[in-house]
Amino acid sequence: MDLISTDIAIIGAGGAGLRAAIAVAEADPSLRVCLISKVYPMRSHTVAAEGGAAGVIKDNDSLDYHFHDTVAGGDWLCDQDAVDLFVNMAPRELLQMEHWGCPWSREASGKVAVRPFGGMKIERTWYAADQSGFHMLHTLFQTSLKYPSIQRFDEFYSTDLLVEDGRCTGTVAIEMRSGRLLAIQAQALIIATGGCGRIFPFTTNGAIKTGDGMAMAYRAGVPLKDMEFIQYHPTGLPGTGILMTEGSRGEGGLLRNKDGYRYLQDYNLGPPDPWPRLKAMELGPRDRLSQAFWHEQKKGRTISTPHGDAVLLDLRHLGEKKINERLPMVRELAQSYAGVDPVHEPIPVRPVVHYTMGGIHTDIDGATPLPGLFAAGECACVSINGANRLGSNSLTELLVFGARAGRSAAAFAKASPAVSTSAARERAEAVQKRIRDLFVRNSEIETVSGLRKTMHDTIESGAGIYRSEALLQETGRVLADLRRRYDKVQLQDRSNVFNTDLIQVLELGCMLDVAEAIAHSAARRKESRGSHQRLDHPERDDHNYLKHSLATYHASEPPTISYCDVVITRSKPAERVYGGAAA
Amino acid sequence: MSEDVTLEILRYRPELDSQPHFQTYTIPYHDDWVVLDGLNYIKDHVDGTLSYRWSCHMAICGSCGMMINGEAKLACHAFLRDYRHGVIRIEPLDHFPIERDLVIVMDSFMEKLSSVKPYVITQENKAPSDGENLQTPLQLMAFKQYTLCINCLLCYAACPQCGLNEKFVGPAALALAHRYNLDSRDEGNEQRADVVASNEGIWECTFVGACSEVCPKHVDPAAAIQQTKISASLDWFKARLLPGARR
Repeated sequence: MDLISTDIAIIGAGGAGLRAAIAVAEADPSLRVCLISKVYPMRSHTVAAEGGAAGVIKDNDSLDYHFHDTVAGGDWLCDQDAVDLFVNMAPRELLQMEHWGCPWSREASGKVAVRPFGGMKIERTWYAADQSGFHMLHTLFQTSLKYPSIQRFDEFYSTDLLVEDGRCTGTVAIEMRSGRLLAIQAQALIIATGGCGRIFPFTTNGAIKTGDGMAMAYRAGVPLKDMEFIQYHPTGLPGTGILMTEGSRGEGGLLRNKDGYRYLQDYNLGPPDPWPRLKAMELGPRDRLSQAFWHEQKKGRTISTPHGDAVLLDLRHLGEKKINERLPMVRELAQSYAGVDPVHEPIPVRPVVHYTMGGIHTDIDGATPLPGLFAAGECACVSINGANRLGSNSLTELLVFGARAGRSAAAFAKASPAVSTSAARERAEAVQKRIRDLFVRNSEIETVSGLRKTMHDTIESGAGIYRSEALLQETGRVLADLRRRYDKVQLQDRSNVFNTDLIQVLELGCMLDVAEAIAHSAARRKESRGSHQRLDHPERDDHNYLKHSLATYHASEPPTISYCDVVITRSKPAERVYGGAAA
Repeated sequence: MSEDVTLEILRYRPELDSQPHFQTYTIPYHDDWVVLDGLNYIKDHVDGTLSYRWSCHMAICGSCGMMINGEAKLACHAFLRDYRHGVIRIEPLDHFPIERDLVIVMDSFMEKLSSVKPYVITQENKAPSDGENLQTPLQLMAFKQYTLCINCLLCYAACPQCGLNEKFVGPAALALAHRYNLDSRDEGNEQRADVVASNEGIWECTFVGACSEVCPKHVDPAAAIQQTKISASLDWFKARLLPGARR
């Protein structure tokens, strides 16, 4: 096994990882950065984000508005010091992207254009047509090529963190093209591996989003925070789960049930103006819209498709010109994957798992409780998203907190004593043995696809849009059983070169651990808040649960759940108001 | 639907196979399945040793380029319904070494991409506090098309010149250089010229146009290369013939 040393190791080369790498390179070009990713950077899932990134830039907007929208959108579970920092840094980061060449859509005057998004009082979402994440990712990746101190390790799969004397000292990774193990020792390490949507069967998330970084941190003793909060995006294509951006509604798209009725007016989101008003109807927050779908389905007012019930996203009145200009990819995706041209027909859509509000417990500098370990982006929970993230805050989050984690890690690396190599080697040998054991194991009992299917079924049943004690208990029981059965999973491929069977086995292990954190955090939160809705506890309970949950890992038993306080500075918890009353 | 589809897939595992060979699999037919769904079916239910790259399943991450019946395609955007007659033959992208099965070695592309300096180059460094650059929709439109490349490499597999000269910088990288050259915020034209206008750059292109035909994002790299040829020629003349020309 080879061992290399660096100053900063970053796992994950999507938006947050790239932004962190650039921040380190700019803070101190003498610091060596190892950017490790299981895929080439431009394959990272940031690429699939469509609608845009929120940041105050226009005269009719204010940082205060962005703050209050975010905090209320998160049902007061956001840390308000973090949100303040976030909204303050957002414009600066988006301007930096503009200087780096991001092709933001423009007004006639040449200024960047903004569009409305759900739950936002003012239109403040910067966009690049409907491929905002794609353009941000490619801009960041291409810009990163400028910095000689950033060394990439593309298609290296990190399996473990190195921890020595209570400090994170690097990672062990498999070089996929050779199967060789590499220990990367680092003065500081940043996890930026994205979310874990692949735990669920129906998701907008790409295949790579298996919660690897969350699992690594969790197993190293760092709590996962607020994992019960899973965002269902209201508008995905049935079957594939392909996202129809919220920007569609920002541009004026309407949601209708099987009778053509704009059903959101029945869920305190009206009045149904002919054109959606801000913070109302189709521009309500995602949690409310997905919950409204659930009720429409119960009332039998949805349409049925071969891939489950759906409602209709109607863009026809926008006209072909506007659709082509603002939503070209949505049109192409709907045509290709649903056989529907939105210029002429409404698009069938249903709620789909989209985003993990929770994640690795960090402070506002991206630091975790484990010294030397930092996290940013969807894998982290700062928390600015609380119980429900507002659309277009996540692209901005990965910039603001990616950069911040990069600078924090750089400072930590410089201020800390050098890490020793002997322990790293020892730990890496243990990882090597574990993988070798997988290769020689001959159980022929459990398959990756079989275990994954059971995981999908049970997490969907327990941790869906509406939850209950009994279902969550059952999910917890099934997941505990799956973790035991995982020890008998059979590797079919015993070769070294680009062994995706091995990677899938390791990813499944990550997903099972993180799924347990989700189920147990959800079971313990006996209230309804944001995206976490309990049929048996329908009210928000600030007295007992205005708190972040913290799931702590145990090797052979379920996680323990504890709580920490939410930082409230200037917005006292109140009722979330949308629709006409929000004006 | 009880219909089946036969896939003939090129297999190559360097530790086991002396050379690539085809393996035949049968998958169920579904009207709305893409080839990638078929590969995932095989991976999950038939043969876990099959390797290929994929992630987004929505034609934006660029991972799953492969040859499908001899044409460079994204597996997530190639519908089974369009291949109803006979077997579907699936091979790794042409003009790249095979790492394993349908996985190509793409180091050369990553180097080429980097070589064209695909980032904004300016004389003076602007800080975010200096505010936004104005860029009109017309100025944006001048290069927007060339920003849409997802680096899927279908154009390298389709381009005959890429097969003849492995050093050819190639369609995607040249289109990206053109994208930055056309961006009103950029001043890096000259710094890119070394690579773009070199023997392995634009002049290697013989304007077959196959790159633009296979591009799933309609980037039209062929147009980018022809436009670059014209502006490179103009620059050459300007630099030498105009009064007060810089040398």
